[in-house]
Order: sequence, then structure tokens, then C-alpha cells
Amino acid sequence: MILVIAEQRGGELNRATWEALVAAQQLAKRAGVSSMTVAIAGDAAAAAQELAAAGVGEVLTVAHPALVSYAPDGYVAALAQVIQLQSPRFVVLAHTYQARDFVPALATRLNAPLITDATAIAGAADAPTFMRPMFQGKLAAEVKPVGGGPCFVTFQIGAFRADQLQRGGGPSTITPIAVTIDASAIRQAPEEPFQEAARAVDLSQAARIVAVGRGIKSKEQLPVAEALAKALGAEIAASRPICDSGWLPMERQIGSSGQTVAPKLYVALGISGAIQHLVGMKGSRTIVAINKDADAPIFEVADYGIVGDLFEIVPAMVAELEKA
Amino acid sequence: MKIAVCIKQVPAREWQPRLRDDKAWIREQDVSYEMNEPDAYALEESLRLREKHGGEVVVCSAGPTRVQQVLREALARGADRALHVEDESLSSADASVTAAAMAAAMADEKFDLVLTGLQSDDQGHGQTGVVLAERLGIPHSTIIMEVQIEGGALRVKRELEGGWFQWIAMPLPALLTIQSGINQLRYATLKGIMAAKKKEIRKVALPAGLQAGQQIVALSLPSRAKQTQIIGGSAAEAAKELVRRLREEARAL
Repeated sequence: MILVIAEQRGGELNRATWEALVAAQQLAKRAGVSSMTVAIAGDAAAAAQELAAAGVGEVLTVAHPALVSYAPDGYVAALAQVIQLQSPRFVVLAHTYQARDFVPALATRLNAPLITDATAIAGAADAPTFMRPMFQGKLAAEVKPVGGGPCFVTFQIGAFRADQLQRGGGPSTITPIAVTIDASAIRQAPEEPFQEAARAVDLSQAARIVAVGRGIKSKEQLPVAEALAKALGAEIAASRPICDSGWLPMERQIGSSGQTVAPKLYVALGISGAIQHLVGMKGSRTIVAINKDADAPIFEVADYGIVGDLFEIVPAMVAELEKA
Repeated sequence: MKIAVCIKQVPAREWQPRLRDDKAWIREQDVSYEMNEPDAYALEESLRLREKHGGEVVVCSAGPTRVQQVLREALARGADRALHVEDESLSSADASVTAAAMAAAMADEKFDLVLTGLQSDDQGHGQTGVVLAERLGIPHSTIIMEVQIEGGALRVKRELEGGWFQWIAMPLPALLTIQSGINQLRYATLKGIMAAKKKEIRKVALPAGLQAGQQIVALSLPSRAKQTQIIGGSAAEAAKELVRRLREEARAL
């Protein structure tokens, strides 16, 4: 059996859970596993209904006062009990920030292997392997789990398409699972999530975006990119290191910790294409990458690429655009 | 405050990957190494906490002999002393082995706070910190953007996805994985570099029998998701051709 752990916040299902379900269905097919179960922890009656309606497998609801606000200690304690009760062969989740926060502790407590950030399933039926990026996406690794079961796998967001879910013939049953949690064993006391400030720019609405990365070298060079943005009628955006350095405000950051965008045109200037950036922009319709490193992972998602010095190419593009 | 910072030595950013003949690991003889960037932010945060609260910063790394370079660098930036779990096999160890090795080295030290970067720029499992907390039996929180300590209690700002944050309180001792960009990094001064030469790097043997959670079958260059059209020529020619294709083919302008 494959157990998928769904994710919710404030009762709302994280959309990445649907991708994890698709990954789990493909893993089931590859590994010859016939049944799937979905567990959801916390105050999540509506999310459980939504999951059950998809009919992909029995939905286990794990409710307890200690699980109302997410804390890693509470999730580890509760889900360890669910897993011991269910004895799945695989435990599958989306590789979200929340999964990164508790799954390594959960797997360690159960003395089970954990493979994170998987993008594909390979290997034989009796010994599936998983593809995952290494070295900032410069290499792909095929890895195999070692040691006792169950095997935990988190799948990269965007690696599987939610619309490929094979829905069941009818709704699945919902079964509450009782867990015992010693409230004093939950050491983290979380406060309410908040957003830093209302966003001044909503990059998700921009038709065109010019994004800069480390290759821009200094804050003083930003006008080079801004001139191209002006010529294209584009918004300016950046990868994380640029916003970390304070060269552009955080609200212009694209990627897993910033905004997710899918404009008509995305021009990446001097962006190497770490996965944290790619997940925020790879849905763009046309992607242009300009980078001096021909092996930069950004070229894997680009439709058009120029390998070269952006400080020569970008002004030439501006000149060309202004000719028309 | 007795603070441990875990750092890893990883291939430098401009490294071009080359594989060993068996494809199960990289050709290490070609690699120039540097401090894992998220760990540099964890180190900086520990130095700032020591400046505010006093105490000691101990930098820890599990790796082959070569990792002494990043330990020295951390000492030059201001760490007080270092722990080095030294074994050649650790260069390609997974998070389970690395965390277990660190846990064994740290067991007697009784640190108040352990900081790590949120993930490494080499294998990138994003697990070592959380597994280490579990092994040490201390609470943890991840992807931290601010650390407050008052009267023996910890309050941290955790980054959630999509621009959301959350404050979390927890008792000490605790482990935090630090997000890049939490602070502005300092660099070593000449005085720091000189002082680092006299600081202690204590070597610790790798405990026997640590079990890996996974094994690399093979490494490869990633397959391209798209057929990228690479446009060549001089800068002016390439720019002109790109603008033409964006107008006529992609109709993106």
C-alpha cells in the first residue's frame, strides 16, 4: 500500500497534494502496488471531502486538538502512529516547506529511508529508484532507498501534473484515525501565519517579465536590465540572491519563496536556474535565457537561449527593439 | 550561549560537472571547493548571536581532510573553535550518515543552539538539520529568517511558501535551519585569518556502522525538458535574431 500524506493550511488543501497523488499513482503502477490511502492531519473536514471525492483511495482523517496548528513535533508523533498502524510500503508527499520541516524527523523516528525532491520514478518493480536533482540541478541522480521500510519520498512541485490524476469510479470512504499525543511533548508553539506587507506589485498578472540573477554582478548594473524591461513593456523581477542582497525588493522575487508566475514572455538574465527559481517560472509560455555558462540549468527550460555576455547582448536587444 | 554551526564544503558555484568513470559520483580531483552558501548565513547568524548574548561558536563539519579549508575560513570569520568528523567516505555521504556523524561528535558538548543552512548546494537533500535535531532529541524549526533569544527562550521567524511567514516559540536547546539572506555576510579580516591559525580544530573519528538511507545508482546530465534553440553569432547578431524570433515565431512581443 502507498500512503499519501496530504497537506492543508487553515483547512484548505495545498494544491501540490494533487501532484503527489499523481506521483503516487505512477509509483503504484511501477512498483505493482494495488492500493492507495490518503492521510490528512488537523482540522480538515472539507479538504478530506475533496480528497474522498476524487475516489483515489480511502481517506484517513487524523484529528486531535494538538494538530489544529501545525507543529513538527505534533505531526511526527501523530503520523508515526498512523504509519505504524497502516504499514505502507511507500509514504509519499509533495516537497513543500512543511514536508521539509517534519518528514526528515518522521522518517528518522521510524528508522526509514527518505528520498526528497524526486522528479521521476525509475528502476524495476521490486526495486524502484527515484530521479532527483543534485548540485543545484547541474546533475540528475538516480537514487535507491536503502534499509527498512516504509520508504518515504517527497516529489518536487511541478514535476507531476495534477490534471493527470486518475479519478476513481466513486467517492472513497473517510475513516477517522484516533491518535494519542502528549501535548507537552510538542515543543514548538506556532503563531498565526502572516504576510509581510501588502504586495505593491502582483507579478503573476504581468504579461512579460525580465528577471535578473547573480550574473548582473552589482546593483549599479540593474539599469541594463531595466532598459530591456522598458523596451519590452515588462515588469522587472529577480532570483533570490538579488533580493537577499537588497538590490531589488523581496516583492519582486520569483521562485519557491517568492512569487510564481506564468507570463507570455520570461527573459532570464544571468540566472543560473536553481530549482527554487525554476519552480516559480517554468510555466511561462516563452522563456528566453541569456547566460555566459552554456551548462546553466536555466537552458533546460528555455525556448530560446543565448550563451554570452548579457552586458553586450541586452543593450543590442534594446537597440533592436527600439528600431521598430 | 554555546552555539554549534554545521557547515559543509561543496563544489564552487562555477564548477562544471564531470563524473567519475563508474558514474556514481563526481570526479573530485577536478573540483575546487567552497563553503556551502546557506551554511555561511548560519555561521553569520551564530556570530551575531554571540555578539549579542556572549558565549562560544563552535563550527562543525563531517567530511574528508579537505574540509579543514572551510573550517579555517569559519574560524577566520570569527568562530571560536572547530569539530571535524574526519573520514574520506563522508565526501559522498547522504544526510542520514552526515547527521548521525555530527550527532555523535556533538553528544558531549551540550550545545544550547545548533544552526545549519537549510540545505546543501551539492546533494541538496535538505534533511541533515532536521535529522540531527531528532538524533539529538531537541526541538527544531526550519527555513528561519529571524532569531530572537530572551531569557532562555527562543522565538524564530519561519518562512512559509509564497511570501508568508510565521513566528514559532520553543525552548532551548534547539536546532534551526537558516534561510539564505537572513543577514549580510561578513568576510574574514587579515587579523581574523591570523587568529584562526591558533584556533583548535578537534578531530573526531567517524563512528562505525552508520547506515545510509539511500545510495546513488548513477549521476547524469539532466535531460532537457524543452528543445532549446540556441542562437549564436556576435552579440548584435544574436540579439537581432532573438528579437526576430520573439516577434515572428513566438509572437511574444
